Amino acid sequence: MSTSQVKKVPYLLTTPGVLFFALLLGAPMVMTFLLSLHSYDFNTGIQTDWTIANYIEVLGDPYFQKIFARTFGLSLLVTVICILIGVPEAYVLSRLSSKWRSIFLLIVLGPLLISVVVRTLGWALFFGGNGVLTMISQALGFGDEPVSLMFTFTGMTIALVHVLVPFMVISVWASLQKIDPQSEDAGLSLGASKMTVLRRITLPQAMPGILSGSIIVFALTASAFATPAIIGGRRLKVVATAAYDEYLSTLNWPLGAAIAVILLLANILIIVSYNKVIERRFANIFE
Amino acid sequence: MQKLGLTALIFHAIFVIFILAPLVMVVAVSFTDKGYLSLPTDGLSLRWFYAILDNPDFIDAFWMSLWLAFISASIAVIISVPAALAIARHKFPGRDTISAFLLSPLMIPHLVLGVAFLQFYSSIGLGGSFFGLAAAHVILITPYSLRLALASATGLSTDAENAALTLGASKFTVFRRITLPLILPGVAGGWILAFITSFDELTMSVFVASPATQTLPVKMYHHITQTIDPLIASISTVLIVLTFIVMLILDRFYGLDKIFIGKG
Amino acid sequence: MSFLKFESLTKKFGDFVAVRDMSLDIEKGEFISLLGPSGCGKTTTLQMVAGLLTPTSGKISLDGKDITETPPNERGLGIVFQTYALFPHMTAIENVSFGLEMRGVAKAERIERASNALEQVKLGQFMNRYPKQMSGGQRQRVALARALVIGPPVLLLDEPLSNLDAKLREEMRLELRILQQDIGVTTVLVTHDQEEALSMSDRIVVMKQGDISQIAAPLELYERPTNTFVSDFVGKTNLLKGEVTDNNQVSVNGIKFEVDTKMHKQGTRIDLSIRPEKFRMSNDKKGQEVRVDASIFLGASWLYSVSSDLGQLFVTQPNTGTAGYSKGDIAWLDWQKGALTLFEEAAS
Repeated sequence: MSTSQVKKVPYLLTTPGVLFFALLLGAPMVMTFLLSLHSYDFNTGIQTDWTIANYIEVLGDPYFQKIFARTFGLSLLVTVICILIGVPEAYVLSRLSSKWRSIFLLIVLGPLLISVVVRTLGWALFFGGNGVLTMISQALGFGDEPVSLMFTFTGMTIALVHVLVPFMVISVWASLQKIDPQSEDAGLSLGASKMTVLRRITLPQAMPGILSGSIIVFALTASAFATPAIIGGRRLKVVATAAYDEYLSTLNWPLGAAIAVILLLANILIIVSYNKVIERRFANIFE
Repeated sequence: MQKLGLTALIFHAIFVIFILAPLVMVVAVSFTDKGYLSLPTDGLSLRWFYAILDNPDFIDAFWMSLWLAFISASIAVIISVPAALAIARHKFPGRDTISAFLLSPLMIPHLVLGVAFLQFYSSIGLGGSFFGLAAAHVILITPYSLRLALASATGLSTDAENAALTLGASKFTVFRRITLPLILPGVAGGWILAFITSFDELTMSVFVASPATQTLPVKMYHHITQTIDPLIASISTVLIVLTFIVMLILDRFYGLDKIFIGKG
Repeated sequence: MSFLKFESLTKKFGDFVAVRDMSLDIEKGEFISLLGPSGCGKTTTLQMVAGLLTPTSGKISLDGKDITETPPNERGLGIVFQTYALFPHMTAIENVSFGLEMRGVAKAERIERASNALEQVKLGQFMNRYPKQMSGGQRQRVALARALVIGPPVLLLDEPLSNLDAKLREEMRLELRILQQDIGVTTVLVTHDQEEALSMSDRIVVMKQGDISQIAAPLELYERPTNTFVSDFVGKTNLLKGEVTDNNQVSVNGIKFEVDTKMHKQGTRIDLSIRPEKFRMSNDKKGQEVRVDASIFLGASWLYSVSSDLGQLFVTQPNTGTAGYSKGDIAWLDWQKGALTLFEEAAS
């Protein structure tokens, strides 16, 4: 076997994937970027000029600034809540007896396999004006006024936390699995209280999982479409629903493309810089 | 191992209720006997399940989703298994780039993929085609099957293969009899994860699907934005039950957490 | 007066009895080993002493105080875990000073004492490394320093050397023993490695299926095991089945020879143990005639597998610099009658 033969094999094996991706991913992405550099006329459609006007509009217009700010705030809030409830839940799961653990893992992770539309529908049923929330508040004597969280920021936050918290749990769970349980016993034997062991020994070792869970949740919230579209509707637009409207209602594709490009770049920037930070911080410590 | 305190168990109970509440709600509403959204307070009725049969649109969309997921998951596996073997077992210039390229859809919001495909297909005359939709799904789900295939190919030692070679097996036989069976669990897991991801996908498909190629999530989404009625609840209930069955099977053969680590 | 005392210690997991009615007195400064195969209850015992498991019944007392119910973080014992259980997110010195911090020692003193402890285990220049950046042996020393720096009344070692390679393990045995004697800390070692137990301990407790099989000093344990389990588990031995035929005589496969049988009645069925190195192998036609089936050169000695009318036997002979026996050779085995240990069959 000659060395040149050896070298060919990996390229042959990866060729189908690379070709497929270059043609069907590379081309559309490049075209979208180019599209975002054209201007749009409501009478004659997409122009052939080259301009960065769309970016200036998206970044300069208070209407879009508000949408970006809302999306960012929503992502931050959802991430924080997912940390606050997902981390303890992952810890609880890791401490259950193996029988209960597999049952509850199924319950907590299972929803990930159910369509987001279905899960969001459940919250829409809760939040609607004649929904359960209203019934509960009437039953508790808070008056007969219908309580609705539809088209509210709160409603959107709750539904998104529900949709995304399993990602946090699975991520933290994975890093808790790697902890040597004897390191907690060691902490106890050295005189630390249970709380101190949790805070000083367990939690720091779960940190890589918390961080990677956070980045997943943040990125997925920032680009979430279905839940904001159903719960937030037209009143509370986020970046994804705004881009959707530019494409399918206003038909201003170049502007929509600019929004998409900004969303993509922000997404990549956040993920890449976050990964760098994690790498630098934990390279010496964890596998 | 520390034992859990009462506070932890109460928290856990609330968390589980939070997770299950909207699903239970959907299932409950689907059994209503009324013509409008309500809880089945006067007894259970299956009328909204029969109503599904009167809406062939949804049934067509279901088969469309199933077929689409089957085709695109299979193509994704065919693409990713050889790529995973190359990336996991060979050192070659451009390896990291190729690997990053094939995993890159994970970093691209589905919305961005959706608008990109919308424009691309309409400009090359493939707008609204099944082929276009399937190709878009392949791009979207290949990273999932690639990651699971990579995980099993990376853990594979070449000893067993070398042993087979010394015993007189041809390279192809080695692949068929040794390599493939060893990575099969990862490949099958990747196929299933890709299938489910494709089946559930909404955001990208909303842009790419035409009325002729509407998938179930897209059909449901359009329905919900018009009206929320018990029909959509009963369809969702059917989906929940089907998913639950798939989940039990998956958990039995793989362990759900292993599959999901691929998804995260 | 004993320093660490177990009284009728029992631990059950459901129906399974891991440790049964164990009583033991350990002197101050003593190095004691709990030795046995996996599942014998030695680790369970250690975890009860550490406070990580609560006994089903029985009592543990330390220096006269009952600590049976004391939580592990108030016992103040030093533990070296099998996996070392270092905190991966802390450097060596942070690991070592953790216990001091928990005791409220001021930072400057903490650093000084932790550094000294690391110097003591020869890790002075590795203080700021994370566990991942250290070798197995270095991690092991950090774990030891971390356990010792808090000045524990008792040091518990849970298979501390089992993850090290053979050569390093032998060095660490010696080092650990010297360190232990310097400090004078009472030490309980859990191990399944009989050589480790023999080489380091003042006394060895051999355990089997939750029971104590024998307690003795290493030499006595080796020379005078009280049952076939101990004689087989500690060191290598040949076990033969026979019967007491006369006052000073036993018969194995019809061959009669002299032993000390005062304690055994005529007709008693017995197990006979003789260690491979207790034989003298020669060509002088004295003793039992054997044929060599296999011959293995071990450097310091020869190991032979021989067949005879007594059955298959292992024989070890020192290397005297001349050629040993080869396969097919006929030779004769001779032994002192004190080299034989007899057990009644029931006493396994």
